Amino acid sequence: MTKKIILAASMAATLMIALPAVAEGDYRAKAIATFNKDFQARGQASIDRLAEDGLQLICNRTGNKPPEYIAKQMEADQLADVKYPADGKMLGDWKAGEKLAQSGRGFTWSDKPGLPVGGNCYNCHRISPNETSFGTIGPTLYQFGKLRGNTPDIQKYVYSKIYNAKAHNLCSEMPRFGRVGALGEKQIKDLVALLLDPASPVNK
Amino acid sequence: MKQNFIGALCAVAVMGGAFAQTPKKPAAKPAAKMAPAPMVEEKDAATLEFEKFRAEMEESNPAELFEMKGEEQWKTKRGPKNVSLAESCDLGQGVGKVEGAYVKMPRYFADADAVMDAERRIVWCMVEKQGFKFDEIAAKPFANANFTPDITNLVTYVAGHSRNMKIAVPLKDPKVREAYETGKAMAAYRAGPYDFSCNTCHGSDGKRIRMQNLPNLSTAAGAMKGVQGWPGYRMTGGVMLTHQWRMGDCFRQQRFPQPKYASDAIAYLLTYMIGNANGQVYKGPGIKR
Repeated sequence: MTKKIILAASMAATLMIALPAVAEGDYRAKAIATFNKDFQARGQASIDRLAEDGLQLICNRTGNKPPEYIAKQMEADQLADVKYPADGKMLGDWKAGEKLAQSGRGFTWSDKPGLPVGGNCYNCHRISPNETSFGTIGPTLYQFGKLRGNTPDIQKYVYSKIYNAKAHNLCSEMPRFGRVGALGEKQIKDLVALLLDPASPVNK
Repeated sequence: MKQNFIGALCAVAVMGGAFAQTPKKPAAKPAAKMAPAPMVEEKDAATLEFEKFRAEMEESNPAELFEMKGEEQWKTKRGPKNVSLAESCDLGQGVGKVEGAYVKMPRYFADADAVMDAERRIVWCMVEKQGFKFDEIAAKPFANANFTPDITNLVTYVAGHSRNMKIAVPLKDPKVREAYETGKAMAAYRAGPYDFSCNTCHGSDGKRIRMQNLPNLSTAAGAMKGVQGWPGYRMTGGVMLTHQWRMGDCFRQQRFPQPKYASDAIAYLLTYMIGNANGQVYKGPGIKR
């Protein structure tokens, strides 16, 4: 992980020289200085959250459109970092997944620290047809398994996508739920089941 | 309800186009074709109910009670220096003048050498002119169920005197322009455990968190949605809250640390947002759910 951050940082250094500025220059520097000057820790929201990691830095510096050679390399790094279940089983309990998908709690300064946190899924995605209050920041996932099948490859793909969305799209708006420790193995398995289990209402 | 609206507002993220672009799975169909397009214009029952309530409340807007208190506090000699804001505070339109001041802020104030939004400016006056202590004001800056700070009344009073006026942030002033550009860069800055920026939720058109529509703050109409109704009487909890409060709540949901009260950070972001709403009509202090 340290290696990856170093890699990202060196790429960023290259970028700074090689790329024209995207809505930044002095203003980006001033924005960061302002965050550091004018924000304070509260609850679990510590001040170190203001610092960009390597991936955030690349996305921020390129307006979320990194050059392809950097995106491919860093996506591969993120994918290599995914920790799959030791028993190889990706499919958990879709009912538990549905419950988790409903919750938007976790990680704010007003939330109690600790796990597990909510999956936040319905905030952005249409999923089960029974839930009509869903967001539209992400694509609809209704009938996800019905349309794509429930093969081991698809299961692995969905697991890795939830674990770290950036492994498939470097500057995706979706959090890296497994990577940052928001969701553990059981939670991700349950969400995979919500999307892929033929018994899940998603696929009815 | 509270969780849906508040917890959801800036909450989550996206598989933004990611499922639709997986070269490793050529057999997969783009996710966007899987189901009918989401009904962005459709309003849920809660929204309809709220709009009905807001329409009924228009004749007796609870914000007006706070305006009245604020007017009294504006005109009364107060603080260690025993002066009134009416005789000492310049909101950019001349000492004591409140007419149209709210829609022309944030602006640059040479006496403070800072770009200030309305709330920040009034706090500055309370400290510099009346002798109140900044740390005491900043310790409890926002209302709760049992308490409404004076500053909230004062902001509401000032905002009420810009009712039905056009937003006119002086973006041609180089200091204001610098604040605007910095605020714009801050809005794009992704960080924190979930990689969110302001723009994650508020950077494009037609998005929702759950059923809550998300205004695109980079457009005039979208920015105005972020400005309209603040300061506002919030039905959730029954409290009067200011635009500064709302900005802080966005950062809470962004999983960021907390912005300091009446800081440059909030002034810059408000300059960006309110500046984008230039030319739109501000309807005065409002009601929020």
